[in-house]
Amino acid sequence: MMFKIVDQPLNPQEVIDLVAGEEAGAIDVFIGTVRGSTQTKKVLRLEYEAYDAMAIREMEMLAEKVKGIWPVHKIAIYHRKGVLQVGDIAVVLAVSTPHRKEAFEACQYTIDRLKERVPIWKKEVFEDGEEWVAAHP
Amino acid sequence: MNSKIKLFGIAREIIGSSELEWEIAEASTVQQLLDSLKSNYPQLANLKSLAVAVNSVYAKEGDKVSSSDEIALIPPVSGG
Repeated sequence: MMFKIVDQPLNPQEVIDLVAGEEAGAIDVFIGTVRGSTQTKKVLRLEYEAYDAMAIREMEMLAEKVKGIWPVHKIAIYHRKGVLQVGDIAVVLAVSTPHRKEAFEACQYTIDRLKERVPIWKKEVFEDGEEWVAAHP
Repeated sequence: MNSKIKLFGIAREIIGSSELEWEIAEASTVQQLLDSLKSNYPQLANLKSLAVAVNSVYAKEGDKVSSSDEIALIPPVSGG
């Protein structure tokens, strides 16, 4: 399984191992973590939820698209859901390619598109309230 | 016929449940479904965007929905 939604802590090495191989000359890894503040507010925790089946499908389609743009060997994405504390890993994305330039580009494109399309949501919980990220204009 | 619409994130909180029983007229469109939901739950209209997924795929406004489809509301996503 190259794409997963999990409710347990993520291990980056596990995702890196999925994309390794003799054809890879570069593996670019993006790790998204929970930041302790947003603008001026202190974040206590984040609560993630996902439409799992659709999220997996969107990640698979995104990977196919990326493979059509760059000579990608393999892509793997693990995304966590549930309650995450500051510093926890929310997402691990690994891309392997023959050379480093396309690994950087493909990795950035993939995480940018994931944030736009894949049906996963997060709520920031502050000391004095809470807010679904990006929900309102 | 009634369908169960899957709800997530802020849409789930606005409607107050993770699934909504909703009557979907035969041959109605995604746009008609959104209009009827927004008129019953006006806070949905305040969201930055609200998409509909039909059978786990983003649907277009003119796509037809039927009660046998798996339908979900997709408020603005914020993964990563």
